[in-house]
Amino acid sequence: MRRIRIIVLLVLAALMATVLSACGESKPSINVFNWGDYIDEDVVKDFEKEYGIKVNYSMYATNEDLYVKLKQGGESFDVIFPSDYMIERMIRENMLAKLDKDNIPNMENIDQNFFGLAYDPHDQYSVPYMWGTVGIVYNKTMVDDPVDSWDILWDEKYKDQIIMLNSQRDTIAVALLKLGYSMNTRDIGELEEAKAELIKQRHLVWAYQGDEVKDTMVGGEAALAVVWSGDAVAMIRDNPDLDYVIPKEGTNLWFDDMVIPANSKNKEDAEKFINFMCRPEIAARNADYIGYSTPIPEAIELLPDDMKESRVAYPSDQEIDNTEIFRDPMDIVVEYDRIWTEVLSGE
Amino acid sequence: MVEKMGKRIYTFLIFLFLYAPIIVLIVFSFNDSKSRGVWAGFTLKWYVALFKDAGILRALYYTLLIAALSAIISTVIGTLAAIGISNMPGLSKKIVLNLNYLPVLNPDIVTAVSLMALFRFLRLEFGFITMLLSHITFSIPYVILSVLPKLKQMNKHLAEAAMDLGATPFYALRKVVIPEIRPGIITGGLIAFTLSVDDFVISFFNTGKGVSNLSIEIFSMTRRGINPVINALSTLMFISLMVLLLIINKRTEKNEIERGETR
Amino acid sequence: MKKAAYPYILWIGIFIVIPLFLIMYFAFTVGNSQDFNMFEISLSNFKRFFTPIYLKVLGRSVNLALISTLICLGLGYPMAYIISKEKSKRRNIMILMFVIPMWMNFLLRTYAWLTLLGRNGFINFIITKIGLKPLDLIFNDKAVLLGMVYNFLPFMVLPIYSVLVKIDKNLIEAAEDLGANRYEIFTKVIFPLSIPGVITGITMVFIPAMSTFIISSLLGGNKYNLIGNLIEQQFRWTGDWHFGSSMSIILMVFILITMALTSKFDKEKEGGGGGLW
Repeated sequence: MRRIRIIVLLVLAALMATVLSACGESKPSINVFNWGDYIDEDVVKDFEKEYGIKVNYSMYATNEDLYVKLKQGGESFDVIFPSDYMIERMIRENMLAKLDKDNIPNMENIDQNFFGLAYDPHDQYSVPYMWGTVGIVYNKTMVDDPVDSWDILWDEKYKDQIIMLNSQRDTIAVALLKLGYSMNTRDIGELEEAKAELIKQRHLVWAYQGDEVKDTMVGGEAALAVVWSGDAVAMIRDNPDLDYVIPKEGTNLWFDDMVIPANSKNKEDAEKFINFMCRPEIAARNADYIGYSTPIPEAIELLPDDMKESRVAYPSDQEIDNTEIFRDPMDIVVEYDRIWTEVLSGE
Repeated sequence: MVEKMGKRIYTFLIFLFLYAPIIVLIVFSFNDSKSRGVWAGFTLKWYVALFKDAGILRALYYTLLIAALSAIISTVIGTLAAIGISNMPGLSKKIVLNLNYLPVLNPDIVTAVSLMALFRFLRLEFGFITMLLSHITFSIPYVILSVLPKLKQMNKHLAEAAMDLGATPFYALRKVVIPEIRPGIITGGLIAFTLSVDDFVISFFNTGKGVSNLSIEIFSMTRRGINPVINALSTLMFISLMVLLLIINKRTEKNEIERGETR
Repeated sequence: MKKAAYPYILWIGIFIVIPLFLIMYFAFTVGNSQDFNMFEISLSNFKRFFTPIYLKVLGRSVNLALISTLICLGLGYPMAYIISKEKSKRRNIMILMFVIPMWMNFLLRTYAWLTLLGRNGFINFIITKIGLKPLDLIFNDKAVLLGMVYNFLPFMVLPIYSVLVKIDKNLIEAAEDLGANRYEIFTKVIFPLSIPGVITGITMVFIPAMSTFIISSLLGGNKYNLIGNLIEQQFRWTGDWHFGSSMSIILMVFILITMALTSKFDKEKEGGGGGLW
């Protein structure tokens, strides 16, 4: 009898859950789809309070997952945060809505250098949210040589002390840069050379890691790793023996932008959200919480000193000139896939 | 005596093996840093942040609700199915069993994508129901797998004997078969619950309307690094379960004394 | 009695068979995975798989899955046996205690192993304190095996336990009366009666072990990638659902054949797997 009562309760709870998720259509609301832990939750609450618009917040793990969820069309989202190359792809496939810039006056707060970028040349679809670089983080107590080139990751001296990124494009890009090629090359010959380099490097690599690389380096377990600048800031704070450098051959400049999908049903409210995020105080709060770099100069001023003056988070213009942004690889993905499989699975 | 010592040590080592990562999880929920590579001092700030985070708490609610519903429904369907299957003739039994195994042998992503395509094909709206349906789909095979050996172990003729003595098939089922296979049913239900709590890929691609679960919240943080708020939540969940276990322990003790049982 | 299965058979039809056909449709076509109208029939996905590099990964997966299944069996059977011998209340608690760690998120627990097994991790910390040299416990195949055993051990213990618990005590007593010693009782009475549970345990470990990827990715440093990693890569990164589907079909066929062989073994024992009648 008791068991049946429990079951009845559960069924009622389930019905409640379905009904509740369907209801609530009366109040204006927007569906925001973002990376995990990629916003200051208090900022969202402040937006809801100020505009009276409810934010239904869900999360994804990768650009590709975001793409599939969008393509499957099961749900309409109003604001999403894809990365540079994915924005290019979505524009090409007519998945994004053109922004009504009159509704986003705060767009002016964004650093002019971040306009007119290759993935959205006329800034019609996207507004930068966070950005950064890729570089080498190294443990000063474990590396005596100067760290200024991608070559050091191929140095026999550091066998089993090197960590590469578990990401096809980022790791192949490192090899391409080392060879002096563009990280967006579509030349099979150059890609094969990069593959050969990576295969040569394999026996020196201790592991190909994702975000766990942060803990590995902070724990002093390896000498060199390839990481994103935003992560480097946090790592150095946790372990002052670490330092971050952008190699002289250049590196990847990455952006995560706010865009509105073409099938959004609440475009104006979405634009209000984007506009809100571009307020200097709001952008500063986000940058402080997330620890990555904000594209709004006024917001940088509001950050604590150690962030503001960090040349890891805010490199010099010279260093930024020496960077490339990822383009949408299109059919070359298959080559990347083949190369990556051969690099990882070969012996 | 030596043997008893041996058993104790072996049991202890196995349980240590199982619980070591949990202890690490709990310890780092008090770490004043997001990094697991350094101990930066003791803090309760993650616990504080947890209670302010409506999103995670809602995800917890959905996780537990879906896991409980999925476990119950798949256990019922699965047990009945196992009973039916064990009485089927050879060839159809083989076919059904092999089809049954597909969600077990497919990688999660394949099950996820194929169910997503199915739901689109059926023009279903993604949300709580689709997530629940997909969880039940991958749980039932494990229930069947757990119940089948018990059916094999059970004497086939018990049910027949009961019916010969005048029982209806339903009565025979309830009073004869089910008690015999109960450990298998419970095992199946536990496994179904476990699989549901831990599922990311299938849930992510088959949900919608803000229905999330803990696994989705956790996996979506893999680019940024897991926020220790999750450790705090896991610690609290773990402690609740241990407390629940203690309560069950005390109550069965009471029941046993009342019923005069010693074994 | 067999009518009891009909609801599920309907379920299978909708939720397993139709998706299976969808996957087969993907596997035998090529095109842009998201654009359902533009597919062309082709066997190229399958041809692509039968090259040395993919076959090597398949081989490695089979190898690791087999070894971890054997270890799970070796460690799990004694554990199931010990628990089944305890008093009713005690063993229920013990089984629950076995399962509860699994309700903590698997990714988190695997990350925790990184903390335990790392160069400056907890285990090495203890080892160096005793004065020994630190061990290489991570980013190799042993770490992947450990992770697999850790993940799958309860799936081996639970089914075996559920069968052991209901073995007719009279059979054991009868064997004792007839003069059998402990070893004989185990090998000739208990173990054969527990085989259905063992088969389920093996099934619930070997099969998922073939398609796992998180363990090889995190604990193996992505240097020991398995077929699960490759399939995951196709679906969630490259977006080539056709190739990914064909790999799943190949994996499916492979496993079904393996299980068909196992069930032959089961048939031989069926005579002893039940009561006496």
